[in-house]
Amino acid sequence: MVTYLLRRILTLVPLLIGITLITFTVIHLAPGAPVEMQLDMNPKVSAESRERLRKFYGLDKPLHVQYVAWLGKLAKLDFGQSFAPDNRPVLDKIKERIPVTLRLNIIALILEFALAIPIGVYAATHRDTLADKGITIFVFIGFAVPTFWLALLLMYLFGVKLGWLPISGLQSLGYEKLSWWGQLWDQAKHLVMPIGVATFGSLAGLSRYMRSNMLEVIRQDYITTARAKGLSERVVIYRHALRNALLPVITLLGFSLPALIGGSVIFETIFAIPGMGQLFYQGVMARDYPLVMGILVIGAFLTLVGNLVADVCYALADPRIRHGQK
Amino acid sequence: MMNRLLFCLVLAVCCPLVSCSTSEPPAQQQLKREPGTPARGDAFILGSIGEPSNLIPLLSTDSASHDVSGYVFNGLVKYDRDLNLVGDLAESWVTSPDGLVITFSLRRGVKWHDGAEFTARDVLYTYRVTVDPATPTAYAEDFKQVKSVEAPDAYTVRVTYKQAFAPALASWGVAILPSHLLEGKDIMKSPLSRKPVGTGPYVLKEWVAGQKLVLEAFDDYFESAPFISRLIYRIIPDSSTMYMEMKAGGIDMMGLSPVQFARQTDTQRFKSRFNKFRYPAFSYTYLGYNLRNPLFADKRVRQALTSAISKDEIIQGVLLGMGQVAKGPYKPGTWAWNPTVKDYGYNPERAAQLLAEAGWTKKNSEGILVRDGRPFRFTILTNQGNEQRLKAAQIIQQRLKAVGIDVRIRVIEWASFITNFIDKRNFEAVLLGWTLGQDPDIFDVWHSSKTGAKELNFIGYRNKEVDRLIEEGRSTFDQEARKRCYWRIQEILAEDQPYTFLYVPDALPAVSARFRGIDPGPIGLMHNFIKWYVPKAEQVY
Amino acid sequence: MTVQDSIMPHDTTQKSSLLHIYWQRFRRNRFAVAGVFVILLLFAASIGAPLITPYHPGTIDAYHVLLPPSADHWFGTDELGRDVFTRMIYGARISLKVGFVAVGIAVVIGTVVGLLAGFYGGWTDSILMRLVDIMLCFPTFFLILAVIAMLEPSIWYIMIIIGVTGWMGVARLVRAEVLSLRERDFVMAARALGASDFRIIFRHILPNAMSPVLVSASLGVAGAILTESALSFLGIGVQPPDPSWGNILTAGKDYIEFAWWLSLFPGLAILVTVLSYNLVGEGIRDALDPRLNQ
Repeated sequence: MVTYLLRRILTLVPLLIGITLITFTVIHLAPGAPVEMQLDMNPKVSAESRERLRKFYGLDKPLHVQYVAWLGKLAKLDFGQSFAPDNRPVLDKIKERIPVTLRLNIIALILEFALAIPIGVYAATHRDTLADKGITIFVFIGFAVPTFWLALLLMYLFGVKLGWLPISGLQSLGYEKLSWWGQLWDQAKHLVMPIGVATFGSLAGLSRYMRSNMLEVIRQDYITTARAKGLSERVVIYRHALRNALLPVITLLGFSLPALIGGSVIFETIFAIPGMGQLFYQGVMARDYPLVMGILVIGAFLTLVGNLVADVCYALADPRIRHGQK
Repeated sequence: MMNRLLFCLVLAVCCPLVSCSTSEPPAQQQLKREPGTPARGDAFILGSIGEPSNLIPLLSTDSASHDVSGYVFNGLVKYDRDLNLVGDLAESWVTSPDGLVITFSLRRGVKWHDGAEFTARDVLYTYRVTVDPATPTAYAEDFKQVKSVEAPDAYTVRVTYKQAFAPALASWGVAILPSHLLEGKDIMKSPLSRKPVGTGPYVLKEWVAGQKLVLEAFDDYFESAPFISRLIYRIIPDSSTMYMEMKAGGIDMMGLSPVQFARQTDTQRFKSRFNKFRYPAFSYTYLGYNLRNPLFADKRVRQALTSAISKDEIIQGVLLGMGQVAKGPYKPGTWAWNPTVKDYGYNPERAAQLLAEAGWTKKNSEGILVRDGRPFRFTILTNQGNEQRLKAAQIIQQRLKAVGIDVRIRVIEWASFITNFIDKRNFEAVLLGWTLGQDPDIFDVWHSSKTGAKELNFIGYRNKEVDRLIEEGRSTFDQEARKRCYWRIQEILAEDQPYTFLYVPDALPAVSARFRGIDPGPIGLMHNFIKWYVPKAEQVY
Repeated sequence: MTVQDSIMPHDTTQKSSLLHIYWQRFRRNRFAVAGVFVILLLFAASIGAPLITPYHPGTIDAYHVLLPPSADHWFGTDELGRDVFTRMIYGARISLKVGFVAVGIAVVIGTVVGLLAGFYGGWTDSILMRLVDIMLCFPTFFLILAVIAMLEPSIWYIMIIIGVTGWMGVARLVRAEVLSLRERDFVMAARALGASDFRIIFRHILPNAMSPVLVSASLGVAGAILTESALSFLGIGVQPPDPSWGNILTAGKDYIEFAWWLSLFPGLAILVTVLSYNLVGEGIRDALDPRLNQ
């Protein structure tokens, strides 16, 4: 088990290097030197101060030299200064936003798994019934509906017409004056729609996967044996089949996170939630290269960590790995 | 003024508020509710699409920053409701007979937000830091005309100019910065960019990054303490979300789009909860041609292009009729505007004739005009995020197609637009807008000396007579003389058509009905914001 | 009976009866058939666009903007007075084009990677699979956003970048198939007969590894359509005046209350189309699944 863990952590290194390499390449695809952006509306800045800034950012050196320099800074957790007029360190800006995005996406992730797994199991055990077909259509609609459209419709229905939920943001204006319980309730109200939209869209993939896993497991010999032994259907399904079907699903945990984070650009913009997705979009539009590179690397890194955690859970759960077999 | 011209080029998105005007008072619905008694309290919530970047006005160019810092700082002078220059931090001033020296008498007893006294030292500091070459500001141009600034005593400032400069007085409307907090320090690293200290009616209390900025009333404000206790900016990046927030009561004021104004807010319910206002904005939209491009070198071609476009159609389609035709760089109704200028109205036959005269006689198989084997084809660039400009571009595309000109449209986001296209003069035609300042001096945009890299005369317009008229107009204080110059300039521009001036839109703000004291005037709505109030019974926050 | 069981996979009689079996299975899945029907309808509409509607998608009528649906304009007019029904039909062309080219690129890249990794194993496999892992770590939409915004939102860049960020799933599936096929008798036989690697890969293994790719492709088209609409919302999708469902939907988002037709029709169209591709993809997967022997 320990060797397995060690081996997994070692593979992180080449992956991290690969991530930085791809990030660097993607950003430098774009024409136009990054430093021009900083001086956009300033006609007073002379050509020499422009040269000075170029040298300062090392933009006059060849690309591979720049890459290594950047890598070196990353190792010290120095992500550089943002190109936006506020010039703040990139890491600070990202740090501000990570908690919000993580909170939102982790809740959505938990909700997604909590809903998709039972849905998938139910669909598998009631295969080809009306319920199964209904569920299929329902989750696929969730996948098929464009996120921003759904968000706007829900906002209009629940926010404007019915007035049940706040439309955007994370907190109401009188937040500071509320009691502890009131604050929790206020936050919850603000997160219902964003998380709902995020979750609804992601149910399809997971529940279908769960369903097909269950179907495959149910067909196995040991299930037939269990049934032959006279165990109740409930025990058969939930104790034996489910556990085995669940294992591969755990590995999906890791990959669900980047999908959610990617989608967060849209609903963070619509719901005015100050998360990483919104920051990324603004950074991209403003050609804030250090910020964009920083977020790409950190986002990918988070996924890497998520995968590692998922693999560890899998290893813990799967006795084959726990006891040292390959 | 020039400064506003500058930063308003940066306005990429339709900003919620444009405080601009005309000489008639704005049309509005009757403020329905009874005035009630003025009371302190409540909060005024605004939505902002962008987040401010730097609250020191000297250092930022985005409208979000300037909206907020506008409540925190004062200048020496300001414009009042009827567009007259009145004193702000300056109580009065005296101009020398030759116009070269302005002596300001400053108000006494004005306090900075941290309790310090405002004195002439602050004015001197502001001037010095603005013209300092190490300060990356876009607003130094006007102060560069100054020869010297002296403070004979703590409440007097004497400014001497190198030559008579008409926009001089107005240029002192810029924010005065606190010398006791900034002098001797690097302004770029100052904490004031996030926690500004000014003399204005509101103090920044809280800035939750990405979410909101909360300003509180400054009780020692020299004019009078504002009634509305808090001013809150909520950052809402999406315009549809902002509109829904307004309808749900989450924000109190928003600039409506023409469709929202005319078709979505006519319900009884809306009108009982909000007051709508409508007045011409201080900006115009235009199609600018790169005069270095051989396609546009012949002025007959430009006249033809203007004749092929129906400005009325654009106003109907884009603004639902809520705007006016623009024929020059001045706002209709102001004293510098020339109402007698003859305009190249919509006349496709004349367009075809002018084009033929310029050598475009043959058409190819697709119906596009050709000359020497090259088709008449060009690309209009416009900036991303501005729906109105994109719509206008599409209407123009269709009209020009009808006379045989093939137009492509390309939308570029702002950061790239300026650097890769405008500054490098890498464009054929652009569809943009300018905000108009109160002073009619148009030196920065139209004078031939401003055609260098990164300067504002990026189409490359060079006309000796216009140059001379501009110089004359800014070097005299006699309004009649200035008027003659500017009227003549408009005649020349109408003949030359370096831009096809398109329209002056109407500003269409809606405000929650509970706010009383709104006094719409030629300058717009916000001039007397400190006098707005909500009666005790209706206060929400 | 599956292809993998037979020694001579080129036996056409077996193959055609196999296809017949797949088709039978597929046909029993009513959702999938409905999906096929919708897709065919869409194709027909987009090809026959000029026959269906007399309007041109670009004809602006500035004096008749935002009219509700009527006999003249079945889906109403948009913010520049253009007929929405016409723009939807021509937009179908663009949405389908984006979907197919993007998926085509993804399938080509993914198949090649999967084939090479699966067939050669060893270092090739390790490196290629590491590459897949690395690419899977990035939130895909972030990458797409970054590239499109930094280059320019031309329809070609959009198609290429969606393809280049979507091949990883295909690669994994193909590799898995190749790994199991590699040890089969027919491959060994071909090798014994002296066939070159290239020939073995492309003539023997590839045709049999394609079935999971079909499923992926179907789901991929669905995803590409959704991605284009997301890019349009952010302002960097297909640019006006070219119509796409995404940009029609985005243009209407400010007028949901009032001009509901600008939101309803493209939204429904995207929903139904993506749903159909999903159902068809699932249908293919169920039909081809050798384990479902019922």
